Amino acid sequence: MAGFEPGSLPDLLPLYYRRLFPYGPYGRWLSYGGVVKNYFQRREFSFTLRDDIYVRYQSFNSPQELEKEMQKMNPYKIDVGAVYSHRPSQRNTVHMGAFQAQEKELVFDIDMTDYDDVRRCCSSAEICSKCWTLMTIAIRVIDRALVEDFGVKHRLWVYSGRRGVHCWVCDDSVRKWSCAMRTAAVEYLTLVKGGSETVKKVNLTDPIHPFISHSLSLVEPYFEDYALVGQDILGSSESWEKVVALVPEYILRLLLREFPKKHDSVQRWELLKKKMEKCKPSHAESEIMLQYCFPRLDINVSRGVNHLLKSPFSVHPKTGRVSVPIDLRKLDQFDPLEEDGEKENETEPEPKRRTRDYRKTSLAPYVRVFEQFVEEMDKSRKGELLKKSDLQGDF
Amino acid sequence: MLKLQQLARGSQRICLNLLTPGLKVTRFQFHLKKMEFSREKRLKARLAGDRRGDLYPHSLQFYLQPPTENISLAEFENFAIDRLKLLKVVENLGVSYVKGSDEYKSRLEREIRKLKFPFRALVEDDYDARRKDHISHFILRLAYCQSEDLRRWFIQQEMDLFRYRFNELNGDLVEKFLKYVNLSYGAISKEVKEKLAVQLLNSTPGLSGAKVEELEFYKVPLQDAMDLFRVRRVYLLNAFAYVPQTDIVAIVLNNFRTKLSKALALTARSLPAVQSDERLQPLLNHLSHSYVGPDYTIQKNIGKISLEHIDALSVKSFPLCMRQLHKALRDNHHLRHGGRMQYGLFLKGIGLTLEQALQFWKSEFIKGKVDADKFDKGYAYSIRHNYGKEGKRTDYTPFSCMKIILSNPPSPGDYHGCPFRHSDPELLKQKLQSYKIPPTGITQILELVKGMHYQLACQKYFQLTQDVDDIGFSLNHPNQYFAESQKLLSGGREVKKEPSEPESSQQKLSSQKSTNSCSIPISSNTEADTELEGLDAYFTED
Repeated sequence: MAGFEPGSLPDLLPLYYRRLFPYGPYGRWLSYGGVVKNYFQRREFSFTLRDDIYVRYQSFNSPQELEKEMQKMNPYKIDVGAVYSHRPSQRNTVHMGAFQAQEKELVFDIDMTDYDDVRRCCSSAEICSKCWTLMTIAIRVIDRALVEDFGVKHRLWVYSGRRGVHCWVCDDSVRKWSCAMRTAAVEYLTLVKGGSETVKKVNLTDPIHPFISHSLSLVEPYFEDYALVGQDILGSSESWEKVVALVPEYILRLLLREFPKKHDSVQRWELLKKKMEKCKPSHAESEIMLQYCFPRLDINVSRGVNHLLKSPFSVHPKTGRVSVPIDLRKLDQFDPLEEDGEKENETEPEPKRRTRDYRKTSLAPYVRVFEQFVEEMDKSRKGELLKKSDLQGDF
Repeated sequence: MLKLQQLARGSQRICLNLLTPGLKVTRFQFHLKKMEFSREKRLKARLAGDRRGDLYPHSLQFYLQPPTENISLAEFENFAIDRLKLLKVVENLGVSYVKGSDEYKSRLEREIRKLKFPFRALVEDDYDARRKDHISHFILRLAYCQSEDLRRWFIQQEMDLFRYRFNELNGDLVEKFLKYVNLSYGAISKEVKEKLAVQLLNSTPGLSGAKVEELEFYKVPLQDAMDLFRVRRVYLLNAFAYVPQTDIVAIVLNNFRTKLSKALALTARSLPAVQSDERLQPLLNHLSHSYVGPDYTIQKNIGKISLEHIDALSVKSFPLCMRQLHKALRDNHHLRHGGRMQYGLFLKGIGLTLEQALQFWKSEFIKGKVDADKFDKGYAYSIRHNYGKEGKRTDYTPFSCMKIILSNPPSPGDYHGCPFRHSDPELLKQKLQSYKIPPTGITQILELVKGMHYQLACQKYFQLTQDVDDIGFSLNHPNQYFAESQKLLSGGREVKKEPSEPESSQQKLSSQKSTNSCSIPISSNTEADTELEGLDAYFTED
């Protein structure tokens, strides 16, 4: 965040919206092939203007109209909302109560501030490459479950621009999910439970559900490097007391006696594992790993069909960073602190052709990821259409 | 105020068409007394024989088709009250006994029989009971569709009732019923089952390997198995849930709830038409208020609380959840959204004006990381929103215990929720100790928590902190807790008999010592009309 001056936004934003924002794939994404009538037109957009002025319930006739409006208003932030029963901009013309949110992508918001009780490197809005591993783990765990358990195809993972990640699940069937269904999915995906009044936030009971064992096998490879070495969670008596509070009483006393004799977190973890082996019915070892590493989802963002979420490629007004899609194939290399997108863009050479400016900047690889995502959706939609017409052809 | 006479003023008969959501009823059919007799005869004749069986082929139903016949007002009212009694029983039994236990079942069966609802899948004709079940359900939909709290309560009780009755069906009838409501699924083949054996075993609690082999598993679309997968009681693979036959009841319930919840939303929309009938509206209102009691939106003592007293009140008269939130707010100079909602609406309910609320939150937040400007921009809006001054201008009601216990559990960094439900027992114990609750009392509370009787635990906490033997009411709202406590502290329970004397809240607090030995049980709502006294007494006796 160092080096970014929010005061410079009014100068940078026009440049960004005029030359860099990937309007093409963006419009194609939200039109969803034009299959459902007026799908794009009934979508809510919300702009945040200077001095935190929110303009909600905006809707546009076409992606081109949206583009024009963005270049005119130069919003500090853009949020995407639901697809409503009527055009949101005309919501006052219909009978109250008739204006209903009907569909939206299933979205997830994972925010680093929710991990404050288990990370030692930073707190609240700060992040560093050390704790970013938590986001990497979160994406791996949630994405696997979405694909394998929920049978989802089209997910767009996006860096939020500040301290977390968002996921947009865009499958046709999922966009129709009710609020109850979204809640159920988040509950299925949630293991860390309880507020400040709960010390032990993960409680496993036999049998261990396949979702949990799958997730554990994804957390495990990161645990030593991230938690033991990076965060050094067993490094000092102060921090290991928080960890051993999660093991059964009699082992706790034993560990407290022997921990000081060991040299580092890795050795202490070995000891803990060895002691735990002797009391098999307990899952304390797994519970600790999950409490320290398992994704923490903000259920309120996912639950509501009408909940707004910051759009991909929107700029974060506090950091100046662009909300860029994350390439899952290169997930482990993604470093949010490198993405000072807009600042760099400013110094890029003046390009000749207007429409494809982003290809020449550091934004290019992210737009590529986004385009692939949109192309995948187009492809499977065509597949569906073919299938349908084949079926009809049988008659 | 409800006047039953008012109902009598119009016609004695009601056309049940108005229970059909979406159907515009412009004119009610009025029948002269003279005609009634012949009509009834005709109706009976029509329904006799086969037609009766067609109407209700099963003792259990999804209530998909609203009744269309004409019934007398008296029957309308009796049906409604009986079903409400039944649902109230369902609620009470669910709190006092483990659902599905023998004790629970036998007591519920007794009540169902007593109130003449279909209690078991009888082969013999129980047309009258089925009809009563059908009609009374639809009447209560009208009364319970009006707010989220009411809907939540109604759905919960109807679900419990349905679950009990479904479980009483024998195997053959289960099959028939599933077909009837279009919920038969394909069982998976032996090969698939063998391949998935380990996963099936691990995802279905209480199964053994041998059992997996002998049970049928059904491949159910995700949507239908919501209640099973949300708690990870079922194996999920590629958008399908693999449900053992023993858990099919959950699928049926899930489906029932989805349909009921949609129907209630629809009913709510057509409500204005019904409410314009002056014979029905008072009755419906009374029916819904019988359960929740007041919703604590309209406060007599608005503006009677002064901000300086909140600290003292939080110790003396706040339920534990609010005391915890208040303390967290004072300690951290901040509360997250869930906490602000729960606590803010509670404060509104005890009488804080909007201006006071803004001042209260602001003065606390600016002691922390939030400056005055940021507060005005980021937080003041939601406070005005709570008071119905922003957005869609709903005057929000304070959260009930049920809402706090069931929805939006606290995440890390949150202090809202129900301390009896959402705390580690060990921490709860320490907290109670620090509040000087005697050890025997703590044990009793923890016992109740263990049995998942969170509201009873809170009731016990009230008893112990206010030092009364018998609290004389059943607790279901934090604002009720506050009101009762204040009543006790000011000797308010006696006020009913003596002319009340105005007291400042200061005096109320200081008079605690002298009056807290008072244990006169609170009488039922004395304002209720005499005609419905029986009903009121019924709902306050537990």
